[in-house]
Amino acid sequence: MVNISRRADPKRGLIRLVKDIRRDGQLYVLLLIAVAFVILFKYAAYPGLRIAFMNYKPARGYAGSEWVGFDIFAKVFSDKDFTRALSNSLSFNFLDLAVGFPIPILLAILLNELRLKKFKRISQTILYLPHFLSWVIIASIALTLFKPETGLVNILLRNAGVIDQGIPFLTEKWHWAVTYLLIGVWQGMGWGSIIYLAAITGISAELYEAATVDGASRLRKIWHVTLPGIRPTMVTLLIMNLGRVMGSNFERLDSLGNVQVKPFQYQLAIYIYEKGLAGGNFSRATAVGLFQSLVGLLLVLAADRVAKKLGEDGLI
Amino acid sequence: MTSTTQISKRRAGMADWIIVIILTALCLTCVLPFVHVAAKSISSNTAVMAKSVALWPKGINIDAYRSIFRDGQLTHAMIYSVWMTILFTVIGLALTICAAYPLSRKRLRGRSLFALLLMFTLYFSAGLIPEYLLLKQLGLLNTMWALVLPLAFSPYNMLIMKTFFQSGIPDSLEEAAFLDGASNLTILTRIVLPLSKPIIATLCLFYAVGRWNAYADAKYYITRKALQPIQYLLSNMILSSGSDAISMSESAAVVSTPEVLQAAAIMFATVPILVLYPFVQKYFVQGVMIGAVKG
Repeated sequence: MVNISRRADPKRGLIRLVKDIRRDGQLYVLLLIAVAFVILFKYAAYPGLRIAFMNYKPARGYAGSEWVGFDIFAKVFSDKDFTRALSNSLSFNFLDLAVGFPIPILLAILLNELRLKKFKRISQTILYLPHFLSWVIIASIALTLFKPETGLVNILLRNAGVIDQGIPFLTEKWHWAVTYLLIGVWQGMGWGSIIYLAAITGISAELYEAATVDGASRLRKIWHVTLPGIRPTMVTLLIMNLGRVMGSNFERLDSLGNVQVKPFQYQLAIYIYEKGLAGGNFSRATAVGLFQSLVGLLLVLAADRVAKKLGEDGLI
Repeated sequence: MTSTTQISKRRAGMADWIIVIILTALCLTCVLPFVHVAAKSISSNTAVMAKSVALWPKGINIDAYRSIFRDGQLTHAMIYSVWMTILFTVIGLALTICAAYPLSRKRLRGRSLFALLLMFTLYFSAGLIPEYLLLKQLGLLNTMWALVLPLAFSPYNMLIMKTFFQSGIPDSLEEAAFLDGASNLTILTRIVLPLSKPIIATLCLFYAVGRWNAYADAKYYITRKALQPIQYLLSNMILSSGSDAISMSESAAVVSTPEVLQAAAIMFATVPILVLYPFVQKYFVQGVMIGAVKG
């Protein structure tokens, strides 16, 4: 009905549009301030992406550098460093997900089962803390704990007679991989549990009562009531996280990494920084960045589609 | 009947203890590292070199902290970082309100187009080099603004605020004010914002903590020492200087061993957060809850 009347009188629609915009003029002004800001500091960077298709020389600028089509990408994809960085990024992100995804769920269930309210509140406060520390501080503390000679953990283990020589937690690549992953879990578990705790709060108390009447044990209640109750949250978060497997956290890698663990620390963020800003190969670093952004965007869009198909909220 | 209830009660007791033990252990992993670093930072050189300092300081002295203040680098970076963080937070919050309020009004024409425009950068970033070149073009490299402006608008925070405006402010309130002849701006500043204090506090903290902790952009855009925020300085002092050294001016650093100095430097940068954290923590949780509705 509405459509028909609009089509019948386009002039009237236009007048209403103008009227609406007039009424909300102030709102548009506010909006345009934000939009202008984003255009100036974010969108204005997009044209810079063209150097992924140029042989860009900083000294010659955009105008003086020649276009080379997809040459840079061809070079990137045959670059051993790039393949290494890509496979490291993907492996570590999947490992992060495999270890880091279930832990917040377990933690939320544990916290929820806790009957001492005060203890619960205090432990929540403590467990959220690592999320608020910078990677520099986390890495510095890790260093004082895990150094082979002078780190507290190694000293204690040596004094207890468990080991003769310090464990190279941060200086041998396989040990580093484990330390890196566990520190990530440690940093994110408390914070990650908040969202699940909120979801658990939303589960109807009647379900638990009914389960109690049926004589369900605590574990059974967790299995048959709590877990199904937070399933939508789990699915949404899992899909969201899968959409992010192309990302890499420069600060976490940079602060925890060192020369000895380079083979594993060398991930996309490090590649882009070292080849680009540090090495001066702007075109190649931009091409890798563009590749990362594009794949990341596609993954997020796909994740959103899947989430909506499954009847969840979606992200966008 | 009574016996079964007793059994289930006793079993529950056991489970409770196991849960308490696990959670206590996890909490200790969050607390003890700080206790250790704090103890080390006020211990004597000999005790630290003898590797006898665990959780309790030995041979208490505050020489390392004296060195930090005499050296001045960290204190300067701390003041600079506080100032920069405040500026960043104010600008970020203002932009977020500017965008979130109009977008929260369902009647606004072109709302979804503007939303897409503002959210897009969250999903597709130009990447390090183009952003670096942009800042270079704008003449912002090696200025404090390089650390303030590019990150000042956070689409994610905007989303949280928009969600709050949509669900936390009743439409009827706005309509009533509208009928009384109030303009959009009056409604925003007189009605909406005063009702939004909790979310404003939350987002202030999101912006502030984000800025305070980040150092990658300083590594990319800043080479002048005086403009380095404290996290970056700390990273240069402790992480980049090799495993057993700390870079500080000779005269200042001579009193303490590098290890004690490192511990003191870590504490110096962490204590402000540790002190503020218990008071502001609840606002963060609030933000996550709102963000979880759609984020």
